[in-house]
Amino acid sequence: MDDGNEIEIRDLNLWYGDNHALKDVNLDIRKNRITALIGPSGCGKSTFLRCINRMNDLIEGVKIKGEVLLNGENIYKKDVDVVALRKRIGQVFQKPNPFPMSIYDNVAYGPRIHGVGKKELDGVVEKSLKDAALWREVSDRLEGAALDLSGGQQQRLCIARALAIRPDVILFDEPCSALDPISTHKIEDLLQELKKKYTIVIVTHNMQQAARVSDYTGFFLLGEMIEFNRTRVLFENPEMEQTEDYITGRFG
Amino acid sequence: MNHQKREDLVKSVLFVFSITASLILLLIIIFLFNEAIRLFQEVSFLDFLFGTKWNPEQGLYGAFPFVFFSIMATLGALIIAIPLGVSCAVFLAEIAPGWARDATRPVIELLAGIPSIIYGLFGLVIIVRFIKVSLELATGETILAGSIILAAMILPIIISISQDSIESVPKSFKLGSLAMGATNWQTLRKIILPTALPGIFAGIILGVGRAMGETMAVVLVLGNSENMPEVVKQLLGKEGSSTVMQLINQVPEILFKPGEALTSAILLEMGPAQVGGLHYSALFALGVILFCITFVLSVASNYILSRSQISVR
Amino acid sequence: MINSKTSDKVMKGVFWFSALLIISILFLILGYVFVEGIRVVNLSFISDMPKNNWREGGIYPAIVGTFYLVAVALLFAVPLGVLTAIYLVEFRKEDNLTSIIRISVDSLNAVPSIVFGLFGLSLFFYYLKDFTGGPTIFSGGLTLGFMILPTVIRTAEVALRTVPLSEKLGSYALGATKLQTISRIVIPSSIPGIITGVILGFGRAAGETAPIIFMVALNPTMPEFPYLFSQCNALTTQIYYLTSEAISIERAFGMAFVLISIILISNYSARLINKYLARNIRR
Repeated sequence: MDDGNEIEIRDLNLWYGDNHALKDVNLDIRKNRITALIGPSGCGKSTFLRCINRMNDLIEGVKIKGEVLLNGENIYKKDVDVVALRKRIGQVFQKPNPFPMSIYDNVAYGPRIHGVGKKELDGVVEKSLKDAALWREVSDRLEGAALDLSGGQQQRLCIARALAIRPDVILFDEPCSALDPISTHKIEDLLQELKKKYTIVIVTHNMQQAARVSDYTGFFLLGEMIEFNRTRVLFENPEMEQTEDYITGRFG
Repeated sequence: MNHQKREDLVKSVLFVFSITASLILLLIIIFLFNEAIRLFQEVSFLDFLFGTKWNPEQGLYGAFPFVFFSIMATLGALIIAIPLGVSCAVFLAEIAPGWARDATRPVIELLAGIPSIIYGLFGLVIIVRFIKVSLELATGETILAGSIILAAMILPIIISISQDSIESVPKSFKLGSLAMGATNWQTLRKIILPTALPGIFAGIILGVGRAMGETMAVVLVLGNSENMPEVVKQLLGKEGSSTVMQLINQVPEILFKPGEALTSAILLEMGPAQVGGLHYSALFALGVILFCITFVLSVASNYILSRSQISVR
Repeated sequence: MINSKTSDKVMKGVFWFSALLIISILFLILGYVFVEGIRVVNLSFISDMPKNNWREGGIYPAIVGTFYLVAVALLFAVPLGVLTAIYLVEFRKEDNLTSIIRISVDSLNAVPSIVFGLFGLSLFFYYLKDFTGGPTIFSGGLTLGFMILPTVIRTAEVALRTVPLSEKLGSYALGATKLQTISRIVIPSSIPGIITGVILGFGRAAGETAPIIFMVALNPTMPEFPYLFSQCNALTTQIYYLTSEAISIERAFGMAFVLISIILISNYSARLINKYLARNIRR
């Protein structure tokens, strides 16, 4: 069920002060697919990810040119409500960052601020935790502190937290880099479940992970998008020499 | 002498120096109690602390009026300084663009550096006159004037400690909340302030200690009358039938009346008091009360601060 | 959700307002003291002896006395404070003793100034009167020194802790002993921070009233030989005296102006010295 593009990026340029960090990036992100962004560290892939939900707005000295179209509408237009935008595009961070409150309150945080009533809240929390494959492990201690969970559980809690605001798109910024292999495996399985309902963009420097989980892959190098294709094509038959060098481990 | 021996020698000499601070603290305690003890041979400690009459000529040493006025002026100062100080801390830590932060920080430092006698002078000439004229009171030297001046004096400490604890809230909490479409204010109210709360609380406690111990500003603006409102006396005395509600109803009246703080009493009466006499000893006993209050507040606040740093980092 | 967005804007306004209010409080106080003070301050106000119980003439003895008192306070507190900080940072691992010292320093810092006054009164004025001569520069200066000791210890400690471990290790790796490393690496690179602490202590000592109020003379007094054990005046206590006895509020403001100028100049020069040294010592 491929119903077209959720997000289209057109000629996106970004500067940190004088540093031209993203150069003329063009990319289509398909609905209900997992798009992976790979590349050596410092290549701009995380910066690019933060353009999609305008988290770069929070960094001083960032200048952006170009368009990011979410279902056809440019999110960098003047009158765009950034808060509403972030509600539609959730983000999961590199390091699990649960808030210092109970598991329940962490998941309920988003719905509460967006005005979901008390009655529905229990249902939203349960569903989100189930969708994040965490419910079985925590259902008996929802009032326990989120910071007492293991790293992998914390990261799934952050996913549940993102799901609870019912976004259309979820951005994952190297979600497994701080986790052990078993937790990584669980989250990768979870991604496959999530893509049935959500559009997913994942930044990773782990090429095997990109190959395992994604449908499309983009390769970034020095702020430029070198190549973008179906994951299998990109890994088995890359068009560009730099891509081949990178995935065969000649640099990176 | 080889270098190891020399190092050990230096180390033990430094050790002797480094206990000076503890030694001074110990000496302060010993000397205060040593002078105060003569009073407690005549007057029981509870009578001293809760007695409502202070008249050295008649041998009456009830310290409660001074404690009461110190607490009232401090509470008033907190009501002004907490909202103002915490919101300024939020401004510095979260809102202010670089230039505004650079402009505000030296202001806070200067505010902390102004000598208390100058706060007092300013309070006497401006605040006291303003209160007298605008409220049409017989005298502007009131608890209210004391509260306003004390508020300005404790603002720097509340701001700097609150700002530190707001800034020590991990950035990831804030980003996580904003990424979910929370507004800045929602993020602040639900994530940042609750996490920073112990530190803010510690700053407020330190501010209370400062306010209770402040002398020069208070003595100039408070009016120095140890007459407590009747209701308070009744509450303490056995004949009293008044209720707490009555006391609360009297708060405006108390605010607009003169009072005398613990610190003022020591300062004003040390001159006339005869050395070694009971009056002299009673003034040291007031110092003991003051010392105990500020000591407990300081230990509590440092305990909270050290605990909160562990849990955050 | 118009609600949450409006409240976001409203609160932002509240935060800006609170900062502006605090800035205006400072400028109101400083401005008022300046405007009132400048009327009476001139060269002879600073350099002449007072006449007619401080109503006329200058305030020279009060300025001189303040500097004498502060000098004694710094001579006591700075060496002691810096050595304490070196011991805490370089020679001792965190243990019960260091936490006792730290609690003492924090508690000493919280002791109300009038309590220092009582302590000085009892110790120097009565118990050690034969040695101190009662209310002398020695007694007042030491009382102030006790008071600013915590400030000096803390700032020196912070300064010493900012020396990077890599620099110390580099020194040890070249075969330097601990004492050599401390005297050649640690202390030189923390000098700017220590100077800041000294100047902070200076400002605090110069502005204090209550600790010395029982230790200074109110009549115009110039210190004479032996200086340490003679009487003196101080700016702060004279401001209090002129105000509380209603002798002359105008001249009290003149003194306040001089006092604030001394403190502002010292704070500003601390910043300049700190910047200059930080540039020149650290590469």
